[in-house]
Amino acid sequence: MFLQLLLSGIAFGSLYALIALAMVIIYKTSEVPNFGQGEMAMLSTFVAFMLLDTYGHSFFVSFLGALVFAALLGVFLEFVFLRRAKDPNILSLILITLGFEMILYGVASWKWGADQRDLSFPVSDFDLVNIGPAVISYLNLATLLVALVLMVLLFLFFRYTKVGIAMKATQQNPMAARINGIRVNRILSVTWAMSSTIGAMAGMLLAPVATLDPNLMLEPLLKGFASAVLGGMTTLVGAALGGYMLGIIENLFGGYVSLEFKSIVAFGIIVLVLCFRPSGLFAKHYVRKV
Amino acid sequence: MATLLEIKNIETFYRLIYALRGVSLSVEENTITAVLGNNGAGKSTILKTVMGLLDDQPDKGTIEFMGRRIDGKDPEVIVRMGLSYVPEGREVFDELTVKENLLMGAYIRRDRAGIKADFEKIYVYFPILKQRESQWAGTLSGGEQQMLAIGRALMNGPKLLFLDEPSLGLSPLLVKEIFKIIVEISKRGVTLLLVEQNARMALSISHVGLILENGRFVMKGKSSDLMQDKDVQEFYMGVRSEESAKGFQRWKRKKRWR
Repeated sequence: MFLQLLLSGIAFGSLYALIALAMVIIYKTSEVPNFGQGEMAMLSTFVAFMLLDTYGHSFFVSFLGALVFAALLGVFLEFVFLRRAKDPNILSLILITLGFEMILYGVASWKWGADQRDLSFPVSDFDLVNIGPAVISYLNLATLLVALVLMVLLFLFFRYTKVGIAMKATQQNPMAARINGIRVNRILSVTWAMSSTIGAMAGMLLAPVATLDPNLMLEPLLKGFASAVLGGMTTLVGAALGGYMLGIIENLFGGYVSLEFKSIVAFGIIVLVLCFRPSGLFAKHYVRKV
Repeated sequence: MATLLEIKNIETFYRLIYALRGVSLSVEENTITAVLGNNGAGKSTILKTVMGLLDDQPDKGTIEFMGRRIDGKDPEVIVRMGLSYVPEGREVFDELTVKENLLMGAYIRRDRAGIKADFEKIYVYFPILKQRESQWAGTLSGGEQQMLAIGRALMNGPKLLFLDEPSLGLSPLLVKEIFKIIVEISKRGVTLLLVEQNARMALSISHVGLILENGRFVMKGKSSDLMQDKDVQEFYMGVRSEESAKGFQRWKRKKRWR
């Protein structure tokens, strides 16, 4: 029983981790928690659904199409909304992301309605693999693997590629980045594209488990955000770990204590963390010498 | 000698504050030019204006670098033309390693061999950076950060390098060391424009010196001549002039021109 709960907790945790990563990537460069993240992912998932169901493309074409759409959507939103803000402060930027969250929600409701749809996924949620005494569905296994691969790729990207390091540099000191010839605006575009793509992946992995309607990402987004806060908004690794922790704790609580209060655990934990370690459990933030 | 940088009569505002009131300056190739002045005279503002870091500035005037207009251009473009800037207060990337910081200096370059050679060169100038290679830049001491900032700018591969107060907050010994390396860099064919409060140090290594007050140049001359100048000695180098018979300090000799 314990192992079972742990396993499905990890599977859910990897979804939270993906969403948390998507948010942290944007937070690190733009310093704004992107509350439109969920709706961006939801819309991309709908695009996958449309390509798959309405136009009858193969799964991989639809999947890739949706990812490309997600990347473009991210670039578009950053370029059209955020960059227009004159002398922005954090609050106004947050309001802008809330604004396009609502716009995207509206677009999805208008185009696809509130009907619950079914995104046919080639990996089944019902076929199970045995791991010791516990079982895990193929879909959950796929989610786990995709999340892991993505995290490793992200880690390598930020560690070893020039663009990845430039993204970190821009976040730490935009002025110094500019005088070294790093085009800050371009870096922001790349950031938003990456983040949106990762979010879309989470959306598409989630859609077969949940139901595909405009509310798809409502709760997962909050959980993802919670994971990011839990792990620390400034560290990728921390955010991912936060996602897994949240998934596991939530599931264990649901199994042993109370299923009804499962969702509340997440937010209880956040309150605790914010009381004791406001910058997150894993944030290793260098404090500037005065 | 060719003129690298030609600033003609620029005026810069910070919102309503009139910071540069018509500044003209030309920098010759392979020289060290020093700009001296008190706090708030506008020394750093000149550099920031030329680098394009101030939005919509200069308000008036033109800036030419190697014969091409650069006023109104973005720093990302200007640095690609061969003009680099070591900002006041270091401004290194705190949470990147020393090596990554230098790598970011080479962001605009594609020539792998040249980058590698420059890495070696900078480690020869500043051996301590080699030791600290994989340490976060934020954990370095002030002097080491200054070296890193200079190294990073050199990695841009500049023709002309702006140095904004390299001596800021460093011990006298370190200042000496940094200035020795600045001379070394100049000998390797990089033209330098140096902004300093430490007049004695700056004049001792530069060829041309200019004195800025309230957003205007009030004196220009060969550095060796400025060093001998009574006013400069008194007001910028702390040499006491002879006391007058009544023991009054006479301030009115200070250069002012409005």
